[in-house]
Amino acid sequence: MMLRNFLLVTGLLFSASAMSAGGGIELMHADTNLSDKSSLQRGARTFVNYCLSCHSAAYMRYNRIGADLDIGDDVLKSNLMFGTDKTGNTMTIAMQKNAAEQYFGGAVPPDLSVTARSRGLDWLYTYLMTFYRDSKRPFGVNNLAFKDVGMPHVLWELQGWQRPVYEEEQHEDGSVTKKIVGLEMETKGSQSEKEYERTVRDLVNFMDYIAEPIKLKRQKVGFWAIFYLLIILLPIVYLLKKEYWKDVH
Amino acid sequence: MNTLVKSLYGLRDWVDSRYPLMKTWNEHLAKYYAPKNFNFWYFFGGLALLVLVIQIVTGIWLTMNYKPSADMAFASVEYIMRDVDWGWLIRYMHSSGASFFFIVVYLHMYRAMLYGSYKKPRELLWIFGMLIYLTLMAEAFFGYLLPWGQMSYWGAQVIISLFGAIPFIGDELALFIRGDFVVSDVTLNRFFSFHVIAIPLVICGLVAAHIISLHEVGSNNPDGVEIKANKDANGVPLDGIPFHPYYTVKDMVGAVVFLILFCAVVFFAPEMGGYFLEHANFVPADPLKTPEHIAPVWYFTPFYAILRAIPDKLGGVVAMGLSTTIFFLLPWLDRSPVKSIRYRGWKYRSWLAAFTVSFIALGWLGMQVATPAYTWLARFFSVVYFLFFLLMPFYTSNDNDKPVPERVTS
Repeated sequence: MMLRNFLLVTGLLFSASAMSAGGGIELMHADTNLSDKSSLQRGARTFVNYCLSCHSAAYMRYNRIGADLDIGDDVLKSNLMFGTDKTGNTMTIAMQKNAAEQYFGGAVPPDLSVTARSRGLDWLYTYLMTFYRDSKRPFGVNNLAFKDVGMPHVLWELQGWQRPVYEEEQHEDGSVTKKIVGLEMETKGSQSEKEYERTVRDLVNFMDYIAEPIKLKRQKVGFWAIFYLLIILLPIVYLLKKEYWKDVH
Repeated sequence: MNTLVKSLYGLRDWVDSRYPLMKTWNEHLAKYYAPKNFNFWYFFGGLALLVLVIQIVTGIWLTMNYKPSADMAFASVEYIMRDVDWGWLIRYMHSSGASFFFIVVYLHMYRAMLYGSYKKPRELLWIFGMLIYLTLMAEAFFGYLLPWGQMSYWGAQVIISLFGAIPFIGDELALFIRGDFVVSDVTLNRFFSFHVIAIPLVICGLVAAHIISLHEVGSNNPDGVEIKANKDANGVPLDGIPFHPYYTVKDMVGAVVFLILFCAVVFFAPEMGGYFLEHANFVPADPLKTPEHIAPVWYFTPFYAILRAIPDKLGGVVAMGLSTTIFFLLPWLDRSPVKSIRYRGWKYRSWLAAFTVSFIALGWLGMQVATPAYTWLARFFSVVYFLFFLLMPFYTSNDNDKPVPERVTS
């Protein structure tokens, strides 16, 4: 397991685009499925338990989640809502901006309502998979997808701690620098590697959902809109045109 | 005839004796004779009108829920996306409509270049069209600030700062446009005003002038033959057919095909991979944080590439301005006796091909981070772009044009 994870991350670092502009690594595949409701429900639970104390999702209403993910009001209130008891409220948090600035050294945790649309799902997945120990950072962690990130590894209990694997790089002038070539598990978490991958996948899936709650429905509506235009309206107007144009030579 | 129909005719005659109802109907539709040989390229004028209507109608409904203030703009767009009934559809139609407007207008303009539609007697028709295109660019620019995302904000910041390159008055002018020292709430409010009323009014007026001048001189066609030169005893062009019903029914087919493609984007790919809705625009505007890579939306990128290709800021601004306005001169730069590409010689055909490749290449380069290699490529294509226009009087006056037929070919 540990080896597999190590190889996976190593592979990412060595691949062709690893050194592309911006210093980003090649992203892992989130491989989420929006129509998997139980995945979204599990993601919602992880989101409210681990993200929603520092990050808000201020454009997302609880009762919308309830309606879309088939969660009844009682379950919604007891399992997903900790800051409010009004299901029509949005997912705001109690933390004040200036307090957050102090806690996190100037960086305010961003609202996560539409983060999936700005960062992309694969980036989020990679980000949540690649926290590693770094004693130079204030929270003792760094991240492969987000260099010098200001956020602690809030999922460490689940994933455990990863440490970087370095390789020495000899330069032409004789100097030697260390480069991270992969991550390996140092301390195991409460979840196995497979379980943690699923936890992150579900969480990213849920973030995709809150970024655009209408996504699944719009594709259904779109199917009917195009069906109507293509199967019904297009033949009618085409035959009408053909009929009129019979006498044009 | 039953009484209902009778009374409707009565009403029509009542109006007609007080307003030129039937006269207008006939002049612009029932007795407007269009060449019978329109091809694929002739759908785009009507489609541009369709997109204009889509933008106006969806725009009216967006305005009902959008808040033009720096504090609330971003949130109000998300409110429209989530809490307003069908708000997501209205918003996606409007955002996709902007890109489709440019696709349709670029193809419409390219048609004019293929078939010489700007040539005498259609110079003024072309100028009205160019004015529509320029106001459309302004409309898109003002509208792009409204979602108040990072790309909205910094895109506006970059474009307004270009005015700062103008000697002497530049900085004052940029300040005057922004109404503040940086893009701010004040800027957002005035851009909203321009976007929802000032510019749309100008566009509608220009569209009316464009159509009236078209119907005055008559439509060109893929053969570039003047159909008014051959008329029957009643004064009807032999190669003409009444616009209504022939082209109204034909354009309906085009409109349905267009709507199918439009729906495919609106319902299945509204971001269009980041080209129609940029990813960075889902981050709220932050005046203190410049994004790593600022790029305009795809329809401005050819001109943006030309701007960046020139090392001098003022030079770049001038070149960018020229690249969009030089089209005005086409009717006078083109010296060929032949209108349509069907009968043009190899010189115009080659130059038009070179221009087409340059425009697309510049469009692609304008989206990339500028590396030295890309900058040199952009310079090369900018030169080709301008040479197409500047050398036109020479290569069109001695091209090996072919003889043009008397009548349209079908």
